[in-house]
Amino acid sequence: MSSTTNPSTQHTSTIGAIGAPSRRNTELALLVFAVVIPVFAYANVGLALNDEMPTGLLSYGLGLGLMAGVGHLAVRKFAPYADPLMLPLATLLNGIGLVAIWRLDQSKRLQASSTFVEAAPRQLMYSALGVALFMAVLFFLKDHRVLQRYTYISMAGALILLLLPLVPGLGHNVYGAKIWIKIPGLGTLQPGEFAKIVLAVFFAGYLMVKRDALALASRRFMGLYLPRGRDLGPIIVVWIISILILVFETDLGTSLLFFGMFVIMLYVATERTSWIVFGLLMSAVGAVGVASFEPHIQTRVQAWLDPMHEFELSRAGVVDGIVHSEQAMQALWAFGSGGTLGTGWGQGHSDLIGFAANSDFILATFGEELGLAGVMALLLLYALIVERGVRTSLAARDPFGKLLAIGLSGAFALQVFVVAGGVMGLIPLTGMTMPFLAYGGSSVIANWALIGILLRISDTARRPAPAPATNPDVEMTQVVRP
Amino acid sequence: MSELTLTVMRLGFLAVLWLFVIVAVQVIRSDLFGTRVTQRGSRRDAGRQQQAARQAAPPPQQQRQQSGGGRRGRNTPTKLVVTEGTLTGTTVALQGQTITLGRAHDSTIVLDDDYASSRHARIYPDRDGQWIVEDLGSTNGTYLDRTRLTTPTPISLGAPIRIGKTVIELRK
Repeated sequence: MSSTTNPSTQHTSTIGAIGAPSRRNTELALLVFAVVIPVFAYANVGLALNDEMPTGLLSYGLGLGLMAGVGHLAVRKFAPYADPLMLPLATLLNGIGLVAIWRLDQSKRLQASSTFVEAAPRQLMYSALGVALFMAVLFFLKDHRVLQRYTYISMAGALILLLLPLVPGLGHNVYGAKIWIKIPGLGTLQPGEFAKIVLAVFFAGYLMVKRDALALASRRFMGLYLPRGRDLGPIIVVWIISILILVFETDLGTSLLFFGMFVIMLYVATERTSWIVFGLLMSAVGAVGVASFEPHIQTRVQAWLDPMHEFELSRAGVVDGIVHSEQAMQALWAFGSGGTLGTGWGQGHSDLIGFAANSDFILATFGEELGLAGVMALLLLYALIVERGVRTSLAARDPFGKLLAIGLSGAFALQVFVVAGGVMGLIPLTGMTMPFLAYGGSSVIANWALIGILLRISDTARRPAPAPATNPDVEMTQVVRP
Repeated sequence: MSELTLTVMRLGFLAVLWLFVIVAVQVIRSDLFGTRVTQRGSRRDAGRQQQAARQAAPPPQQQRQQSGGGRRGRNTPTKLVVTEGTLTGTTVALQGQTITLGRAHDSTIVLDDDYASSRHARIYPDRDGQWIVEDLGSTNGTYLDRTRLTTPTPISLGAPIRIGKTVIELRK
């Protein structure tokens, strides 16, 4: 029982605790719904493209259903009080993403290109791996507070992961961004996606210890609390690291993601608005500074400011040292031709975008085939995942769990914003993947692990408190009555 | 495939997608948990209750008899009612658990009272089910009726326990 009332109201209230029910059956019902929707979409694509039910429909439906079912059983067994919405939401996004990737695989235009590979079967395999990792997280991580012990190891781990693509022989340069590593015989991996989670563990552990010093030891100046120099140390270090990523790996998205995640967690830990002001100023200075001498970033900014000009330069085949890209303009056209309700599954022409149509630009496919209504629904699905993450953070009882949950959901939200904003032309385009929707093994696997950790924290937070221990004093003390 | 079928499927898919979003939001709506505060009636009710509280307070003599006798069963209190102070009207059901009072946020009843200590007093049942109030070394003291508590003391029904400006009573 806990309680407080607002003294200014009517003074007539009864206080009682409500325990959260486990809600596993709700989750199961939503999961069935979340599997049926992509199967419907899959059938729809087949009917629109070939006038017949696609042959792989049954195996695809069974595959997705199996993944969802196994994931659900794992949650039932290892995290019975976890949030009921996160698993269905992630499953739905993953399933719809698979359909869109398969739909782009059917495109004659893309099949004609020299680098074409069937992406959907691979993505299904990656999704299965992701769900396996999700279950592994639930199985091995019985208590998220264990992660607190590995605060500084996480820091070292994250730095190593981030530096791996720069190691000669291991790094792998794709279209100007050096964010992949090549593992011989296994394919490529994007360590930045995993570094996101590991770094959140470090930030949560570090801020939990230092938050009082960061929040209280400050001078007030022009309405802002200025932190002391020694407390500024860590934020400067993280800033420099993210700038270095930007310079050496030319990966604007990841650098924005890490710095943004740190500022969000710092703000939540200290409740000081001044950190947000500092964070925005520093990221603006960093981005403008790097953009002024890094050609790869310059192209991105050019394509953002004047996509039509870039498109014409690219069509005209102008070669002046930097790669001109027509994709930004094509993505905007795709959104435009989709209109409010879209062209319908399989009837758009987003395959014109070319090689990145199923990864960075997958949102353009949705924009064209599902229209504004569909894209808004998808963005709401992401928003709901983030909302559940923030709710978990509010409900968590320990400060480490709170910070970790807000950090992970903040990173997730930032990633969605950076990708969606880039494709829609709100901010310069960055090479990141839409979580769960886009084609990319590392991204899917890492995001399933992220959902696993959030579910673990939410299970701990929503588990009903154990019955109060009988007060030992009551047993021991004899009350001597007068 | 006819144009009509495809259009129906296109709109149907969007409808189903939005239906999922709406169902998910409904799940969130029914998923609120934490502390339940039930508002009971208007100011008029509160007034009547306060009046009732004053009437219910038995004269001190009767009280002494009750506490000495230790009669239970009929006189077992079932709730704790705040009769004066900022929290007037608040009730807490007595279910055999210890109730802590004070300004600390984890207290059962969080007192918003300048005269209260952060861990001021607690009220708990002894082995026989008799409710006992104990002062936890507060600065300004806990008063049962008019006497300042020095030892854990059994509470009789309707006896006012005073902490700063707050008065609470046990009721049936």
